[in-house]
Amino acid sequence: MAELTPDARMGKPPVVAPGYTPGSVTDKISAIVLTRTPRWWWVAFGLSFLLMQALLVGVAYLFFEGVGIWGVNNPVGWGFAIINFVWWIGIGHAGTLISAILLLLRQEWRTSINRFAEAMTLFAVACAGVFPLVHLGRPWLAYWLLPYPNTMGLWPNFRSPLIWDVFAVSTYATVSALFWYVGLIPDMATLRDRSRRRWKKIVYGFAAMGWRGHAAHWHNYEVAYLLLAGLATPLVVSVHTVVSFDFAVGQIPGWHATIFPPYFVAGAVFAGFAMVLTLAVPLRQAFALQDFITMRHIQNMAKVMLTTGLIVAYGYLIEIFMAFYSGNQYEEFMLLNRIQGPYKLHWWALLLCNVLAPQAIWLRKVRSSPWLVFLVAMFVNVGMWLERFVIVVTSLSREFLPSSWGTYSGTRWDWAIFVGTIGLFLSLLFLFVRFLPMISIFEMRTILPEAKSVHQRPEEADA
Amino acid sequence: MSRFLTRDGKRLYGLMAEFDSPEKLVHACEAASEAGYTRLGAYTPYPIEAVWEAIGHHRSKLPLIVLAGGLAGAAGGFLLQYWASVHAYPLNIGGRPLDSWIAFLVPAFETTILFASFAAVLGMFFLNGLPQPYHPAFNVPRFAEASRDRYFLMITTKDRNFEPAAVRELLAGLGPVEVNEVED
Repeated sequence: MAELTPDARMGKPPVVAPGYTPGSVTDKISAIVLTRTPRWWWVAFGLSFLLMQALLVGVAYLFFEGVGIWGVNNPVGWGFAIINFVWWIGIGHAGTLISAILLLLRQEWRTSINRFAEAMTLFAVACAGVFPLVHLGRPWLAYWLLPYPNTMGLWPNFRSPLIWDVFAVSTYATVSALFWYVGLIPDMATLRDRSRRRWKKIVYGFAAMGWRGHAAHWHNYEVAYLLLAGLATPLVVSVHTVVSFDFAVGQIPGWHATIFPPYFVAGAVFAGFAMVLTLAVPLRQAFALQDFITMRHIQNMAKVMLTTGLIVAYGYLIEIFMAFYSGNQYEEFMLLNRIQGPYKLHWWALLLCNVLAPQAIWLRKVRSSPWLVFLVAMFVNVGMWLERFVIVVTSLSREFLPSSWGTYSGTRWDWAIFVGTIGLFLSLLFLFVRFLPMISIFEMRTILPEAKSVHQRPEEADA
Repeated sequence: MSRFLTRDGKRLYGLMAEFDSPEKLVHACEAASEAGYTRLGAYTPYPIEAVWEAIGHHRSKLPLIVLAGGLAGAAGGFLLQYWASVHAYPLNIGGRPLDSWIAFLVPAFETTILFASFAAVLGMFFLNGLPQPYHPAFNVPRFAEASRDRYFLMITTKDRNFEPAAVRELLAGLGPVEVNEVED
């Protein structure tokens, strides 16, 4: 049976390095969780935790003093808070794309990256959720956004995109958590059965809910997983569409555009894949997982990043075209203001990061080097933040009436809270890789040759 | 209540055979079904459709539960908004109609997904009888390997045809690594 697979004939690296069995895959992935903590983990987690303190201090001072400590004022009432919110939410989208959409498309290579990409989604959504809440001014009244019967007889205005956002983001967070947990159950059973300490057995056993791998259970489980993937797919598209409505439903030049929903969704996937690569490249090195997260994964993700990057570049092009084609002087001015106004540096840097830098992926040499791909991904991370900065700030600072123009820049507290959420994100991520299997063990077993032989149905064998 | 006892004099729940390859388990499931046993438990470290087909499969009821959840979410989400905007708190926003149903579609879509997802997860738990804190299968120490790389077939005493000697003989003839008694 030394016949080459179609992939190998095309010179593609394998999805899993050869020679693994269900037993060895299980041992290798569960060992990361069950053996002693490596020393570097303490350093990495410690630094992230330290960075997170910037968030705690920033938010504490914000609650004490109010949103006046930020750079927002008239006319730029939306600053870092909304920029960071959109940035983080967008990053989350790649996790759902990998776990749900690639599952429906039967992309086998998703198997070894879906678990931590989903974890990344959850943590990114948690970071995103911080911003609208602390921007409320009176964050202790955040629950007023939810429809609930109250003595004031008040109900939210369901025609407002901001309320749509509440529904979209809270549904997204909940469904992502459900999907993630369901995926974890069989692996929790594995950890329950493999850990030697009693308290670990109890904790993992509690999370496994008594899972024992009965054939009937697997059947219902697979149906549930597939249905969740089918539900998460339209959901993830709806979330960034609704986020884009926050802008597109408004009448400010540069926001009021029908291209916003698809352009935002593509940007979200673009940013998300950049972040998955930013995490995957160092993690596979640190935990020696090159056999599971192979060059195949790095290359495929880089290609998705390039493709969505081109869609985003097309979005920029259409924005430029529409500004002139519309014949609307405000639209035209908005664009010229982006190119040569006070924030031109941001605009040109965004083109460099989001349009120029990803073109390096066309070169096989760049695609085949994890750290070069990592470098491109870092450019995209920065570029997508700049994109949201340009959208929010250039339009608000110079809208219709010159008498109400102004300028905007983030204060040190804006930066502290933003950098602090990166600390929160990394802290959660390091806790995750230490305490939960970062690669789905049971799904890895299904893509091994041993499982393939029995999975093959007679009709498939003929083909 | 089991009529049979283990060798140690405890109540017997069933007999469990351990296999080291999925093909052997599939074959064993087919053989046990053919021999007339119906209360079979087949345990695998990853989903194997052939096993499910061999022990008498039926279609999962889950899709219907999810459909019901989704419809409830759609109707509930839309009616909540309609009632709140038209009856409970009519608010004139720029002269738009109170029943701005197009705007209500967005939150209603989200509640559809939310309810359908909860139905999928809770429905799966319900159909599988989870969470289940105790199951006799775990009394066999080797069963810990069912979540690694071993495949198990259990025939329980609930089966009408259960007779320890006959079941043991059947299982032993199917090429198992070992056959164990399962304490209740």
